[in-house]
Amino acid sequence: MSSNTKTVLLCGVGGQGTILAADLLARAAEESGLDVKVSEIHGMAQRGGAVTTVVRFGDKVQSMIADLGSADCVVSFETTEALRNLPYVKEGGSLFVNDESIKPLPVATGRASMPEHARERLRDAGAMLIPATELARKAGTTKAANVVLLGALSRALGFPTDVWNRVIAARVPEKYLDVNLEAFKLGASFSAE
Amino acid sequence: MELLSGNEAIAQGAWEAGARIGVAYPGTPSTETLEAFAKKDGVYAEWCVNEKVAVEVGIGASAGGARVLSTMKHVGVNVAADPLFTAAYTGVGGGFVVLAADDPGMYSSQNEQDSHYYACAAHIPMLDPADSAEALAFTRDAFELSERFDVPFFIRSSVRVSHTKTPVEVGPRKEIEPAPYESNPAKWVMMPAFAKPRRKVQLERIEALSAWAETCSYNQVVRRGDKAGVVCAGAVSQHVLEGLPDASVFKLGCTWPLPKKALRSFAESVDALYVVEEASRYLTDAVSALGIDVATFPAPLPRDGELSVGLIRAAFGYPKPAHAPAQKDVPGRPPALCPGCPHRLVFKELSRCKAIVTGDIGCYTLGALPPLSAMDTCVDMGASVSMAHGFELALAGREHRPVVAVIGDSTFAHSGLSSLISMVYNKGAGTVCILDNRTTAMTGRQGNPFNGETLQHRPSRELDMEGVLKALGIEDVRTVDPHDARAVRRALKEATSATDTLSVIVFRAPCVLLERHREPAFEVSSQCTACGVCITLGCPAISKDESTGQALIDRDMCIGCGQCAQYCARGFIVQD
Repeated sequence: MSSNTKTVLLCGVGGQGTILAADLLARAAEESGLDVKVSEIHGMAQRGGAVTTVVRFGDKVQSMIADLGSADCVVSFETTEALRNLPYVKEGGSLFVNDESIKPLPVATGRASMPEHARERLRDAGAMLIPATELARKAGTTKAANVVLLGALSRALGFPTDVWNRVIAARVPEKYLDVNLEAFKLGASFSAE
Repeated sequence: MELLSGNEAIAQGAWEAGARIGVAYPGTPSTETLEAFAKKDGVYAEWCVNEKVAVEVGIGASAGGARVLSTMKHVGVNVAADPLFTAAYTGVGGGFVVLAADDPGMYSSQNEQDSHYYACAAHIPMLDPADSAEALAFTRDAFELSERFDVPFFIRSSVRVSHTKTPVEVGPRKEIEPAPYESNPAKWVMMPAFAKPRRKVQLERIEALSAWAETCSYNQVVRRGDKAGVVCAGAVSQHVLEGLPDASVFKLGCTWPLPKKALRSFAESVDALYVVEEASRYLTDAVSALGIDVATFPAPLPRDGELSVGLIRAAFGYPKPAHAPAQKDVPGRPPALCPGCPHRLVFKELSRCKAIVTGDIGCYTLGALPPLSAMDTCVDMGASVSMAHGFELALAGREHRPVVAVIGDSTFAHSGLSSLISMVYNKGAGTVCILDNRTTAMTGRQGNPFNGETLQHRPSRELDMEGVLKALGIEDVRTVDPHDARAVRRALKEATSATDTLSVIVFRAPCVLLERHREPAFEVSSQCTACGVCITLGCPAISKDESTGQALIDRDMCIGCGQCAQYCARGFIVQD
């Protein structure tokens, strides 16, 4: 049975690069000889809605959906989405969160408010808050924040660094390669601290 | 091995089978299938104006001897149902495979109807892949089966098959010589004299298909004990195999016709037989009709929405995994019209003139959400125009708010045009707004007759929208820049005040995602009076400062369209 199947749920706001991160993760699993499934819901992604992608890998992966309390890791590209997806983290699972908030439209238009003490609540839930945009800027472009988060996540998964470097090189255009490799490294070292 | 989505795998399977022609109208979750097919060598692919037309082109191409793939979302099958039911009489020339992509959970659809019922009702066999490898193999084989049984074949997917990437072994293309065409009215002219014998052919074919289904290798039994047995198909079978490790599983790869004998003997081999399916009771009822006792779940299984391992386990009485409670104060994050979207001001002004707005299918359906909240109805493709006519008929002779239909360019070509012809013919009054953003935006910016772009970039020409409208005899046709608030207001006011005429306003400006053109961002001066009017536009780049109530513009998101500045009475929103 699929007892060794790992479930990673990536969530964020349409346009933040969750799909690329999920793709890199899937390829790292595939390179490591594992079965893998990547399930994404698109269609409304470019219209600023909440998005989630689920990556599952192991000897034999069956379902492609994450249930509440079933994700080994949740990687959130934004704090509000991290709170929304908190129930997906399984007991003893990890939560990696980009320390950044994006107001959804109901908040921007004054019809709802942002959740109170989001960062504290996430910390209490065991989340690692990662200054991904700042680290990405340090690497060379804020656009690599998704790869920073992937670097942070990589510590929890155990795929060797050279596998990650290979899949990033295979997927990222050459002129952005060094920036992305650096972003990945910064994320991984932040996670190790 | 390659990681392919179910849609990409279906395209690959069709290509490997030697399919030469692909036809479709885009619709989530099916769209990428034909896009992937169109990029392959040696194929012709086109977007048709709607699914009915696509299937008819497909039947013609099949009659002409080519192997043909046609793809559509589940509600597209409704549109294509007319030719499909009779194609199950005529049969095929070259193999004809139709993808019906369902959307349990309604991620991107107006309903979650189950396409299995179409297979059963039209007597078109249906294969139900559970992952991309099966999607490729089933599609590839379906072409040969279609020719062998002389009938179109359905491939049925759901959003979790179409949009899940799984490893796939791809193969080479088998070049198939197109079959020669010879006139055969008894097969292709479905008038009563010829249709009656074809109906008998169909009944004999159902027998042959039923016999084939008994031994079809796509139906698999996974034996894991004799207490509980579960019948399931598609993505759901993956949840069942994972979630119920002690249950034996009958995984159906062919969901019509069903392997009756095999199902009965499976039922006899277990103490209790369950059917697990989402969005309908198609399988449950079909299995019960075989005289099999379908057991009731220990706890209820949801009848609506998408299933998962957890929901299925809960129905079988397994404890739910522990997890943090849902955080109640998390605000929703619905999708919104993009910054600079040319639809925005039309909805703002429709909301100001308190119109009854009949809406349609596309990005602009988001105009129904707050703060614009400017839509009364949305039912199906093209319904905005016909429903506006219906409203006018019902409200005639009573004092009523203006009735305005709102429809996109691609949806207008899909079926709004025939609604409009009917409205003109019946002397309908009211206002029809065509939001021509030069693309089929919601599904990822595909070509359509009104932008003249084709799937494989063959030269074409744009249909002259105003020319078409005038040729219909509509006297009041005007073209308006939807970024100009005053012009939008004036056009709507004039059109809606003429209560006994039919007015058509073409709001034309390209979707902001087409060229991603940016002007310098706007900003709000510190003199902002916090009146909140610009906030009511619902632009994602504008927010309300929580402490001062003043407007703020996000410089990274603002594309400099200047829509909001037109609503700032004091001129406090200025461009850099």
